[in-house]
Amino acid sequence: MTVITKKGEIADAYVRADTLETAFEADGIPLIPASLVDEYVVAKPGTDFGLSVPGSMPIEDLVPYLAQASLIAIEFPGFSDGRGFSLARRVKREGFAGRLRASGPLIADQFTDALQCGFDEVELPETMTNRQPVQQWMEAKDTITDFYQSGYGEGLSILEKRRAARKGARP
Amino acid sequence: MYRYDEFDERFVRERVAQFRGQVERRLEGSLTEDEFKPLRLKNGLYLQLHAYMLRIAVPYGTLNSRQLRQLAHIAETYDKGYGHFTTRQNLQFNWPKLKDVPDILDLLADVEMHCIQTSGNCIRNVTADQFAGVAKDEVEDPRPTAELLRQWSSLHPEFVWLPRKFKIAVTGAEHDRAAIKVHDIGLKLKRNAAGEVGYEVIVGGGLGRTPMIGKVVRDFLPKEELLAYLEAIMRVYNSEGRRDNKYKARVKILVHETGEEEFRARVEEEYAKLDGPTINAPEEEVERIAAYFAPPAYEDLAEDSATLDGARASDPALDRFVEQNGFAHKQPGYIALTIALKEIGAVPGDMSADQMRAFADIAEKYSFDEFRVTHSQNLVLPHVKKDDLPAVYAALKEAGLASANAGLITDIIACPGLDYCALATAKSIPIAQDIAKTFADPDRQKAIGDLPIKISGCINACGHHHVGAIGILGLEKGGRENYQITIGGDATEHAALGERLGPGIDAGDVPGAIEAVVETYLAEKQGSESFIETVRRTGAEPFKAGFTAFIEARAAAQSEAAE
Ligand code: HEM
Ligand code: SF4
Repeated sequence: MTVITKKGEIADAYVRADTLETAFEADGIPLIPASLVDEYVVAKPGTDFGLSVPGSMPIEDLVPYLAQASLIAIEFPGFSDGRGFSLARRVKREGFAGRLRASGPLIADQFTDALQCGFDEVELPETMTNRQPVQQWMEAKDTITDFYQSGYGEGLSILEKRRAARKGARP
Repeated sequence: MYRYDEFDERFVRERVAQFRGQVERRLEGSLTEDEFKPLRLKNGLYLQLHAYMLRIAVPYGTLNSRQLRQLAHIAETYDKGYGHFTTRQNLQFNWPKLKDVPDILDLLADVEMHCIQTSGNCIRNVTADQFAGVAKDEVEDPRPTAELLRQWSSLHPEFVWLPRKFKIAVTGAEHDRAAIKVHDIGLKLKRNAAGEVGYEVIVGGGLGRTPMIGKVVRDFLPKEELLAYLEAIMRVYNSEGRRDNKYKARVKILVHETGEEEFRARVEEEYAKLDGPTINAPEEEVERIAAYFAPPAYEDLAEDSATLDGARASDPALDRFVEQNGFAHKQPGYIALTIALKEIGAVPGDMSADQMRAFADIAEKYSFDEFRVTHSQNLVLPHVKKDDLPAVYAALKEAGLASANAGLITDIIACPGLDYCALATAKSIPIAQDIAKTFADPDRQKAIGDLPIKISGCINACGHHHVGAIGILGLEKGGRENYQITIGGDATEHAALGERLGPGIDAGDVPGAIEAVVETYLAEKQGSESFIETVRRTGAEPFKAGFTAFIEARAAAQSEAAE
């Protein structure tokens, strides 16, 4: 697995755990699936963990854990399944302050979409980074300078920039 | 019409560079074929039966002469010298080479055009009433809304990987010429009791294999809330639309399976959580866009033109053309003209490079340098001075563009069908040509009156057969092409899906069957009823009887011939 942020590749502090035992013994912060989270928080209250959920998960089911998990990984079963983008938006709207990760075989061409929807990083299988190394992700995110949609990403949208330019032009 | 500013210009240029890079990355193996496919589709590039097909966006069907000349140049340089206008107001080239596509995109960008999202599972090119800004029954021009949506939907970070394609249509008029009830979202500009302008929002219409009429999800949405409300609809669809079966993935199926009430509740619940002001377009921006669609500098003229009246009196062909293809303009002394790309025997919607150039000259000289593409695969000159009409008619005739059959039985919509399309089960274009030849006599066409026939070459329904007054669907049965005939379909505010007349028939029998249907109409017709009005009154029964009689007569003739 390779984890990429908008600055480039980073070391993964999280370790995927499919059982409670591996979660307890993890060499790093455990990243656990939704099916284990209730047992985990009972067994290890107050400890740090990441939660990995499918893109199809309703936001209501996720809300109870947002204050506890330091990372939410939203799983993309395939690159063309866009549900994770909408779930990311809803997670951010709920005020989640931790790291938001897109996990699955995304393609570099989707990096900007992921960042704009609120993801901090993508976690890719090796098969993907072999074909699309980090360099391609860095280039892909800079191909389009400005976007029309307000409320996505950090900067101003094209619509907002136009307004700002007009305001600036006025005395 | 709208003109790009520096942001639009850079956006489209960068999109071309992005696509160029994607083609390169496909060729050197970074992208697999499966990964590249949706990327090329989102840029309008299909792989068809014989070649690639490139679909060019004509946002809300509006073009100018410079753009059309560039399209003529592309048709000659990179295609076989013609282009094809589609039922979604777009233009397709049927023979481009993959390696040439980035260069074609550059040429398009030179004239403020692109192929962004003309295909793929994303929000497609937004369509609108072809008589926008012209029609007398208009509450407000739909084009500023459509342009805003073009911008908003372009490379939307959240909604480019939808379960399925998504089509939006906008009308500002009472009479619906944009087929808003058979789109994923249909928007109708209207006024509420207080006189404020807003939208009726219709969701979940669509054609294809499961045709459905859309449901009103919001009766009145204040105009300034548009983008946030659409974001709510799109988010519900993106999250909950089916992804397990592509034939059930359109929003119409979600609305149908969830139920209209529950779907509306989910949209409203999502909408209530949105921070509208951060999403909606700033008012100044809406005004900036609208200013581009201000009426052109019309002259102050009398409603009637002595020049035109005189010319009509002395030239019956011109008279017929004006009567059939003219459309009343809200500005006195002006008229809008439909240019039917439907010469008898021609391919519906095809236009040669020479015709494009000739037409560009006409639009530039006589229609404020503007024209429209209609969803009937025709063109419109929106603002012609009545005084100029005789000259315009002469120029159109010279270019082979003066077919006086707009809306008549020979003004047929047909999808590409087996001639081009990889999904086709039957021919579509040749059927249209045969019917047109059968009814070629102008007097006969006139006696029959308005009768839109729509033909699709498979159940995907690109030819809108479900909403044709007469619909023809080509299927394959036991290795033979087989055609089902429906009647009573309607894409307007009276939206209705056609009803089948009986069993499928052979290609060779289609013109005869249509004649039988027409005979039934002429026999049943009361007063000045149009075909569709008669069907609405009588129902399908008399037509079924006429159709069955035709089939029986055919069978009898065939068994006699065999003896
Ligand atoms: C030649 C290649 C084409 C292919 C492979 C193709 C494919 C399809 C498919 C698969 C559908 C059904 C989608 C669905 O219901 O989910 C469809 C629908 C449609 N296509 Fe095409 N199409 C082609 C050309 C065209 C052309 C030339 C036009 C315009 C004349 C067109 C206009 C439409 C329209 C209006 C629909 C119906 C949309 C709806 O279901 O609401 N297509 N097309
Ligand atoms: S209706 Fe069928 S045959 Fe016609 S263009 Fe669409 S997919 Fe092809």
